[in-house]
Amino acid sequence: MRWHVRGAAVGFVLAALVGCGSPGSDDNAQDQGEQADRTVEKPDVAAAGDVTLTVWDQEVRGGQARQIKRLNAAFQEQYPNVTIKRVARSFEDLNKTLKLAVSGPNAPDVVQANQGRPVMGTLVKGGLLAPLDPYAEAFGWGDRYSDLLLDLNRFSSDGNTFGDGNLYGLSQMGEIVGVFYNKTKVSEKPATLEAFEASLQEAKDDGDIPIQFGNLDAWPGIHEYETVLGQTASKEQIRDFVFAREGASFDAPEFVEAAEKLQEWADAGYFTPDFNGTGYDPAWQRFAKGQGRYLIAGTWLVADLNEQMGEDVGFMLMPGAEEGGDPVALGGESLPFAITSKSEHPDVAAAYIDFLTNSDAATVLAETDNLPAMPVEESAIPSGLPADVFAEWGRLNEADGLIPYLDYTTPTFFDDLSGAIQELLGGKSDPQEFTSGVQGAFQEFADQQR
Amino acid sequence: MRATASERPPGEPRLVGYLYLLPALVAFTAFVLVPLGRAVWLSFYDWDGVTPGTWTGLDNYAELFSEEALRGAFAHALVLLFFYALLPVGIGLLLAGLVARARVRGLAFFRTVLFLPQVIALVVVAVMWRMIYDPGSGALNELLRTFGLGSLTQSWLGDFNLALPAVGVVGTWVWFGLAMVLLMAGVQKIPASLYDAARVDGAGMVREFFAVTLPALRGEIAVALTLTTIAALRNFDLIYITTKGGPGDATSVPAFQVYDRAFQTGEVGSAAAIGIALTAIIFCFSFVINRTAERGYAL
Repeated sequence: MRWHVRGAAVGFVLAALVGCGSPGSDDNAQDQGEQADRTVEKPDVAAAGDVTLTVWDQEVRGGQARQIKRLNAAFQEQYPNVTIKRVARSFEDLNKTLKLAVSGPNAPDVVQANQGRPVMGTLVKGGLLAPLDPYAEAFGWGDRYSDLLLDLNRFSSDGNTFGDGNLYGLSQMGEIVGVFYNKTKVSEKPATLEAFEASLQEAKDDGDIPIQFGNLDAWPGIHEYETVLGQTASKEQIRDFVFAREGASFDAPEFVEAAEKLQEWADAGYFTPDFNGTGYDPAWQRFAKGQGRYLIAGTWLVADLNEQMGEDVGFMLMPGAEEGGDPVALGGESLPFAITSKSEHPDVAAAYIDFLTNSDAATVLAETDNLPAMPVEESAIPSGLPADVFAEWGRLNEADGLIPYLDYTTPTFFDDLSGAIQELLGGKSDPQEFTSGVQGAFQEFADQQR
Repeated sequence: MRATASERPPGEPRLVGYLYLLPALVAFTAFVLVPLGRAVWLSFYDWDGVTPGTWTGLDNYAELFSEEALRGAFAHALVLLFFYALLPVGIGLLLAGLVARARVRGLAFFRTVLFLPQVIALVVVAVMWRMIYDPGSGALNELLRTFGLGSLTQSWLGDFNLALPAVGVVGTWVWFGLAMVLLMAGVQKIPASLYDAARVDGAGMVREFFAVTLPALRGEIAVALTLTTIAALRNFDLIYITTKGGPGDATSVPAFQVYDRAFQTGEVGSAAAIGIALTAIIFCFSFVINRTAERGYAL
């Protein structure tokens, strides 16, 4: 009877293989360039008839959830013929399921597709997102944001060029990685990087922790590095690298200098002891409890720190080499809302995205403890720590000083960079090895692109 | 009696047996074989999960040997094998040997307590140990300081050399309870007369363990080793929550690479190849362990 068993096994393997063509068949390819070039009228949503708009977002926490609920309700009130079917997921869940959902037969109409090559770039490559340029023209979205904020949501039609080409999404909120400081310990904000370093040494001499830092989760190191990099390299140089423009390289003297500085800080004991073994949350929680002088972190901590420290906490951008120079800081914007190519109601979807990002929306965002990416009316700005953040956001956008996250650069760059920074700060590699190693990982990607 | 009837064994015709298997086989095919076949298929492609994939033949498998990060991941899995499988079974044997020798008061109580780690969800275990290992305020370093051993405190999960053993110890803690319960149960079914005979022959404690306890536990050891080996090789949750493969690549393991490549970096083909290789390795290990136990070599 043996052959029966074997025959059956072969049969099952064959059955398993039947229906397997090349994965990801190419039925979505459309001429994106043509679509991007056409012009449209501002859509009339009220005349669109009964429409159900399926939206996948990740606005699930505190103030984020409050703003999207308010805006969704307001939109449906204004246009009773539209029903918004909201699918809310956490950031990680959304990123993991989005590709499957968008390429499936019942694709949602509007999705939040994270910036950069890993998510948005792949979806554009697959022809799964609709270019929004015609709508940007009709609604005047260009005036709503500073240039970099729009560039971050741009890709070429083939998905190969990032930061240039068609617009694929709009974001609601801004985000800065800056320096939180404990006001009871820092009487005067340091005006230059040198003064900042002197203040670190002073804290060290007092027996305090100069910078609270926990890098067990690997990604916070990217923020520390890039915050310093913004002061050693020019913003164009960093942007060119992230957008993988011709001739840009990680293995440049300015990038080495930032690595040297960071390693110096680590060696001098300016960070939490054993930072590579300390979690991100314990680190900022200790800062909130009054341990440590500074914390380099993003504006996503504003609500928590404000609540726990009240008057005692302030926010500033990392000072540059010269006093009064134009500020440069790591930052960006929340996940952009994009329209899928399979959506049957792109016009209504565009009007919805417009509604989420217009000036009324900016007021709602400010009222719900968020930092709107677009300009907001003076009267809507809250007091306390958020006021610091709003002011710095305004200053930064005026100077066009935002630099994008380095991990947008290639699909694997997050892993490449975060691991390399842990090694740099742990003393396992020297600054030169660090930059050339990271450049090597980038080169692999660049070679594949060409 | 007709000739045909006498040629086959009594009862229903053999082929009918397959009919009884059919329902289970259908479910097994739909949920195990088809996905497995699909994974094998994907492993021959370079595919980002969205755009059309390109056929690359065995390239993804060649990468398992050529790419340092992957070689490292498999090497780490072998190190974890020591902590997840050998150590727990060793501790279990030691305890079982002691129980065989002496009556322990409140045995059921101790057994329950030592088995507890098995009952807790691994995610909870991982979160708990991450707190214990925290260099600043974790229980382990606090304990060392309390006993005046402040100089021994470490950044357990942040040190390049310590992180892997530190994660390994968590595995030992989780799995030794299971090994112990299995082996103790085995010891209890060994006839007391064997021990009496050994003692009459003048065997000491050590001799008794190797001559009586160990051979009698062969089956249980095989079961314990199989379960723990599988757990060691496909270990994901502990790594994901405690270190995410860091610092650097110090604790990266194959299962973590599968997840990372499939869901984060868009290398679905490579992820499938690692998964298939891992499946094959686990299969080989289990096969060898069980064969060895059946035939009674070595152990």
